[in-house]
Amino acid sequence: MSQPSDIRDRGFLLFLALFAGLYVALIVGMLIADATYTTPDALLAALESEEIRYAAKLSFTSSTITALLSVWFAIPIGYLLSRTSFPGKALVDGILDIPIVLPPMVIGLSLLILFQTSFGQAVEGLVPVTYRIPSVILAQFAVACAFAVRTMRVTFDQLPERPEKVALTLGATRAQAFWRVTLPQAGGGALSAGLLAWARALGEFGPILVFSGATRMKTEVLPSTVWLELSTGNLEAAVAVSLLMVLAAITVLVTARALGVRRGW
Amino acid sequence: MIRFDSIALTQGSFHLSNVCFEVPKGAYAVLMGPTGCGKTTVLELLCGLRAPMSGSIQINDRDVTTLSPAARGVGYVPQDGALFPRLTVGEQVGFSLRVRHTPESEVLARVAELGEMLEIGHLLGRRPSGLSGGERQRVALGRALAFRPSVLCLDEPLGALDEDMHHEMCSLLEAVHAETGVTALHVTHSGSEAERLATHQLRFVSGSIREGPSGAAKE
Repeated sequence: MSQPSDIRDRGFLLFLALFAGLYVALIVGMLIADATYTTPDALLAALESEEIRYAAKLSFTSSTITALLSVWFAIPIGYLLSRTSFPGKALVDGILDIPIVLPPMVIGLSLLILFQTSFGQAVEGLVPVTYRIPSVILAQFAVACAFAVRTMRVTFDQLPERPEKVALTLGATRAQAFWRVTLPQAGGGALSAGLLAWARALGEFGPILVFSGATRMKTEVLPSTVWLELSTGNLEAAVAVSLLMVLAAITVLVTARALGVRRGW
Repeated sequence: MIRFDSIALTQGSFHLSNVCFEVPKGAYAVLMGPTGCGKTTVLELLCGLRAPMSGSIQINDRDVTTLSPAARGVGYVPQDGALFPRLTVGEQVGFSLRVRHTPESEVLARVAELGEMLEIGHLLGRRPSGLSGGERQRVALGRALAFRPSVLCLDEPLGALDEDMHHEMCSLLEAVHAETGVTALHVTHSGSEAERLATHQLRFVSGSIREGPSGAAKE
């Protein structure tokens, strides 16, 4: 016979499951709606479009470069914030959160203005950025890196400091302790940071629209395609491209997770 | 020889003041005291993982107060072993030699020698996960001894072991001390451990360190 406390526990678990179920249903419902709105033929037709294939190639390439760059920056920044104290640390910490909280359009506009300054013009003199492919990567990086930094900071915060300190007593420099002891433990965190940055970069739209434009066969990425197709009333193509992004994101997520599990992360 | 001279340290609400003691060269000193009195802090001060506010620390008549942990030549065996999770046992034991760019043949010879001495030779290819408490402490001990330190710090190394393993590890520590002649500072709660191992007993009493009742418990 059930005890009153069992019934109360079940009620509580049901309460938790209700919220989880509602949110999961929303996500799955959106995906099913997308999938049933279009047909495989429409999806294939969309993929045959040269413009969409170019946008897909640019999206995947730029997102991968952005993810690698973001992890490259996030590891030292996350480690610095996690393991050291310095004057102005709270300020630096706060500044690093700005790309997360700023409206995407504002980031794009800020980048556009930055490249109108004398500094930006000097850079443009060396490497043309605005309205070109480098601007796509920079716009993605400006946002995605902030998420990677947060992930790496939490990763290093959760790693015990003691093995690193023992390494120092064994004759290691701080750099040796970092490379040989701490960084190998942070592989799972770096993978998560890279995945998060990649997903953010793939979905980035506002900053790219403002800073890079949405010129077909030049700076058009998949989110720009969705917008362009929607604005011309071609809903089928917009949904097909959306599904392509969903499939790509799921494939990358599953592959990377499998890789992480195999390496013990 | 280890000498603490008028060491003071404040960290948050924790204070140490006028900590003075000396451990002769080659002695096996055991430091006892209540929980939270600062025993681990003393080891960390000796290893260079904490800096005192005042006073000096000497090892073999060399002032090491401001030296980095790497420059002190102190082997450290922390309470939980603090093994490196991604390195094999062999890599952990050879760690201190590889960071010193010792030739690989010498590293391998030393790892094999310690593997035999500490009876961990069969574990050299394994990672720390899955090792028993006793095995972890042996690996941590081997890692700390590999570079032939002049001083060995042990922070409650036998605290989490069952009675049989405790007895076995005590014998091993005695044998290691006899073979290496290293000056040891061993922190413990266990009076029997102190009686068995110590040639020199130290006690934390009201924030300062005093020689124990049996200054030469074992000669």
